[in-house]
Amino acid sequence: MIALDDVCKAFGANRVLCGVTLSVGRGESLVVIGGSGSGKSVLLKCILGLVPPDSGRIALDGQDVTRLPRDPFLARFGMLFQGGALFDSLRVWENVAFRLLRGPGRRPRAEARAAAIAKLARVGLGAATADLYPAELSGGMQKRVGLARAIAADPEVIFFDEPTTGLDPIMAGVINALIREIVVEMGATAITITHDMASVRAIADRVAMLHDGVIRWQGPVAGMDAASDPFLQQFIHGRAEGPIAALR
Amino acid sequence: MRIVLAPLAVTGAAVLGLLAGVGRATLFALSVLSHLLRPPFYLREFASALMTIGYFSLPVVGLTALFTGGALALQIYAGGARFNAEAVVPSIVAIGMVRELGPVLGGLMVAARVASSIAAELGTMKVTEQIDALVTLSTHPLKYLAVPRVLAATLAVPVLVGVGDAIGIFGGYLVGTTRLGFDAATYLRNTVDFLEFWDIGSGLVKGAVFGFIVALMGAWFGMNSARGAQGVGAATKAAVVTASVLILAANYVLTELFFSA
Ligand SMILES: Nc1ncnc2c1ncn2[C@@H]1O[C@H](COP(=O)(O)OP(=O)(O)O)[C@@H](O)[C@H]1O
Ligand SMILES: [Mg+2]
Repeated sequence: MIALDDVCKAFGANRVLCGVTLSVGRGESLVVIGGSGSGKSVLLKCILGLVPPDSGRIALDGQDVTRLPRDPFLARFGMLFQGGALFDSLRVWENVAFRLLRGPGRRPRAEARAAAIAKLARVGLGAATADLYPAELSGGMQKRVGLARAIAADPEVIFFDEPTTGLDPIMAGVINALIREIVVEMGATAITITHDMASVRAIADRVAMLHDGVIRWQGPVAGMDAASDPFLQQFIHGRAEGPIAALR
Repeated sequence: MRIVLAPLAVTGAAVLGLLAGVGRATLFALSVLSHLLRPPFYLREFASALMTIGYFSLPVVGLTALFTGGALALQIYAGGARFNAEAVVPSIVAIGMVRELGPVLGGLMVAARVASSIAAELGTMKVTEQIDALVTLSTHPLKYLAVPRVLAATLAVPVLVGVGDAIGIFGGYLVGTTRLGFDAATYLRNTVDFLEFWDIGSGLVKGAVFGFIVALMGAWFGMNSARGAQGVGAATKAAVVTASVLILAANYVLTELFFSA
């Protein structure tokens, strides 16, 4: 469904992506792993057009994304940002219902609010949080509100950027299960970024490891442990020693 | 040779960078203008911008005008006394206030208060990825964030200037009647008799231009903020400084346009 071909992106002298080739099928859950600063977030932003790639092609259903009209293109996506990126001038429910309150598919406020509260319940937040402001929530709650916002309009493709970072293990488990459920139930295509190997095993159909600007390894999650790639093994087992330098 | 050329190269690069920045800011301004009349319109954002930019600026603009009007009365009295023209105080205070000091000082106070807060808010939104999030939610950041604020400031600052004019003239009146021995009725009559409509109107037009400048600079520097808290700080400073200088420059140009014979 989404195909990247030889995508490169540099910020000045900092070459972040140097020839990423990767694809995700419809209804598939791909997890991208890789060290901090390896360009995982930049990868997602390139697909969405938030960061223009320097070279390479990105296609959605075989069509070049730069040629597709922006609004219908973006309407097919939902994204959970690494830091939540909630609008702090809006209440929690207005954040979740942002897309429902505006644009062509706009719904009455009461209806949008009810839909938002239903999505909040799915991520384990009670109706009482709906009227708070994001600044009044803990980091983990903000993350879950971001998740609720990403799935609010039932998108076809969802990107989760570190969905469980900063959550306690139980809540992380809840979120992992939820992501899996969304992919299975909604038939959504998902790309998830994570460092958390428990998440990888819970969420992934397929795993790709980004290192040094390229996809170092990719394959089904079941083949991950048996793979011989030393970079992948070091990452999976969290070893300080190995081909990936700890000093970056 | 290198020693001679290096500083030139650095200067040249800086000038080119500045020109490129001015060019992009101009395109941004044109883009904001072109979006003013095209839907969707974000009424909620416009109303809240009108409150923060207009209503909540009243105290600071009012106080500025009050003290300025008072000081102006004292100065003009002292100056007028040198050629026995103390009687001009009411009319000169009024003309000075509505044509020049009301809009300029009001504009500068709004620049300090509003350009900074817009730049800091939008800059924080930029560095915390809220602006990226807007895009993924199919919302045009310029239209959602910049347009309502620019429109609100362009409409609100003239009103602030009008209120400031009145308060400034009142400040002059207070000083004139209590400290300088003017008769209240005479002071008011002299104020009204010599004031022409275009004196006030030109000041209000200036206010609209200054309001546009203030919100535009706040939005421009905020939305282009560099990363991190430092980036937001730098954006805020640049917004206030640039807005203030542009206000003073625009004031000269407008005064030349309106009043040079
Ligand atoms: N807007 C930007 N401007 C400059 N450099 C950036 C920008 N976004 C990301 N980078 C750089 O790109 C690299 C990868 O960042 P990122 O994708 O956020 O890493 P991660 O894999 O941890 O998500 C980092 O070195 C970061 O400093
Ligand atoms: Mg990241």
